[in-house]
Amino acid sequence: MFARKTGMGALHRAAATILAASVLALGAAEAHAESVKIGLVTFLSGPAAAPFGVPAQHAADLMIDAINKGELPAPFHTKGVGGAAIDSFWVDEAGPVTKVVQDFRDMVERRDVNAVVGYVSSGSCLGIAPVAEELKKLTVFFDCGTPRIFEAAKLHYVFRTSATATMDSVGAARYLMTEFPKMKSFGGINQNYAWGQDSWHDFEAAMKDLKPSLAITTVQFPKLFAGQYSAEISALLASHSDVIHSSFFDGDLESFILQAEPRGLFQESHVVFTTGETVMFRFGSKLPDGTILGGRGPYGVLAHPSALNTWFRKSFIEKFGTPPTYPAYQMANALLGVKFAYDKAAKAHPNPSQEQVIEALTHAKYEGMGTEIDMANGDGHQAITDTAYGEYKYDTKTGQPTLTHIVYYPAACVNPPANMNSTDWLKAGMPGAKCK
Amino acid sequence: MLTALTILVDGLVYSSWLFIVAVGLTLIFGVMKVLNVAHGGFYSIGAYAAAWSIGLYFQAGFAPLGAYALLILSAIVSGAIVGFVLERGLLRFVYGRDEVLVVLVTYAVFLILENLVLQIWGVDAYLAYQPDSGLGVTKLDGLAFSNYELALIPTAGLIGFGLWWGLNRTRAGKVLRAVIHDREMALAFGIDVQRLFTVTFVIGAILGAFGGAVTAPMISVTPGIGVEVIVLAFAVVVISGLGSVPGTMVGALIVGLCRAAAVHLLPQVELFVIYAVMSVVLIVRPQGLFGTSQPRRI
Repeated sequence: MFARKTGMGALHRAAATILAASVLALGAAEAHAESVKIGLVTFLSGPAAAPFGVPAQHAADLMIDAINKGELPAPFHTKGVGGAAIDSFWVDEAGPVTKVVQDFRDMVERRDVNAVVGYVSSGSCLGIAPVAEELKKLTVFFDCGTPRIFEAAKLHYVFRTSATATMDSVGAARYLMTEFPKMKSFGGINQNYAWGQDSWHDFEAAMKDLKPSLAITTVQFPKLFAGQYSAEISALLASHSDVIHSSFFDGDLESFILQAEPRGLFQESHVVFTTGETVMFRFGSKLPDGTILGGRGPYGVLAHPSALNTWFRKSFIEKFGTPPTYPAYQMANALLGVKFAYDKAAKAHPNPSQEQVIEALTHAKYEGMGTEIDMANGDGHQAITDTAYGEYKYDTKTGQPTLTHIVYYPAACVNPPANMNSTDWLKAGMPGAKCK
Repeated sequence: MLTALTILVDGLVYSSWLFIVAVGLTLIFGVMKVLNVAHGGFYSIGAYAAAWSIGLYFQAGFAPLGAYALLILSAIVSGAIVGFVLERGLLRFVYGRDEVLVVLVTYAVFLILENLVLQIWGVDAYLAYQPDSGLGVTKLDGLAFSNYELALIPTAGLIGFGLWWGLNRTRAGKVLRAVIHDREMALAFGIDVQRLFTVTFVIGAILGAFGGAVTAPMISVTPGIGVEVIVLAFAVVVISGLGSVPGTMVGALIVGLCRAAAVHLLPQVELFVIYAVMSVVLIVRPQGLFGTSQPRRI
């Protein structure tokens, strides 16, 4: 009797267990993951914090809060990314590349992130890209500008949702040709590392493509964060260049302006700062009228009007008391890219795997803050965007900095095509560029 | 002619700045045999103190002339406080210890000071351009030079002369030179070496802070400026010979002129010309231009 009771009880228990497991499995297959863990990296200390890291951090905090609450304008109005809330934390990018790489490994191997979004420094991006491939972790670069990331290697896990320094340099060259067609010479001062070297290289090539008769006067490459430019300014003044190009940013840009302005460099030459948009609101009347400024894309005051842009600017100013500059826009666009990819992947698979998200982001085209983001280059991993330049003017009546003579250049006009790297494209005279 | 004159002027301006920044480091090592990596922190604190106080000064609408006195005052106050606290609170416990240990301690202090700067002034950049732009420019052979930068030349000269006079023409200076020459003998003669160390360290800290203060009107004062300066300052004092104040002046002059020449004539080498000069000097004369070989004491 006992044996019969045991046999029947075991059968019942087995059936119940199987039934319960089936229900749970069914439930699990239908439920979204609760959160997507994202490691965010930018400069939170050091000289690059104030102009890049802090605006980017503000933008990320604003965007993540809005994404999780479903408060973004359409088409990003759904809650979360693929229905899951973003769970994020910050890592400071300051320090040598070895430390930056170690932090990346820590995020992936110990903190088990779903994705990493970040990186301002071209040096950081060059160091992180191969490690991201090694660790097979979805990584989205938001700001670094060196073209080499996707031109030196084929990458599967790495994306960049902002355009490269090539766009900045070609855009600057085209603007100068339009505004100052009679110029005969140009010089430059750029920081002596990846970003500065690449920027000058591309600018020089673009200028020579557009007007081969131009003479190069002086090319200065001071150390990154040197701060003292007295001798360089003397060399630039003595060169009597029609145009001076600089991709200076942060404290170097500000120090250079402070030292060059009283000495009359801005009256002697037309000076173009490819990243100058960040100093517009800080310098006010101290930045000379007529200085040509870029914002690494149509961002800030150059942004194309849209519901997204209106929301972003209004919310940013309300929360932080200052307009968003281009690093803020770039971070916002990186997070929009993550949301776009997760949302798209989740339509077919409720809990998209990393591979499915990567597939969704590859060759994606989505509306960003200020412009459209087209992941057209780098086998669908490198964004191209349009860009714009303008001349700075301080409105003494309103006390507001503005840009005049703004010219926009389509993405296909200032970015290499998908099948060419930037150096070859510039060497060949920018074939296939569509500027109308 | 323009290039030669321009190189000379640019070289003198940069040399003067370098000397002002590096002389405090030399003084401390010369007297105390402490290789003070925290010197970059003094520079940083001096720059921030000056930029912050000048910002407040002009916001309050005071006359521009007072800003120059404020530069000096902020350097003295910030340098004296930090220097005194560090020397009395920490460094006096490591005198006479292994040199590597002392360098590590001062490096740790430097990192602490960098963080202190962040805690007090945050990550924002400070602008204090008024003392610089207020002095206008002077045209030399058609090229405009900032009068503020040109004023660094007599300033460096004054500091150099002041240190020379203090070391060679005052009783305190003679006592200091005795300590430099032979610390133990000086002790035996009843000289309060410990008190002398404190005074010297504070003066060195003030000079470091002064370097930062005079730089503040020329730059955007941002976190991390001390790191750049400490490397340059070390290169200059190594070239000149550790502990030699006249040597620091000559070393700064050589570096400044070489760098200015590179910028104008061969900008590609500007980045490493300072270290090339340092390497050549160390190969030819390892103790530096004005350093002396030290006999080994048994």
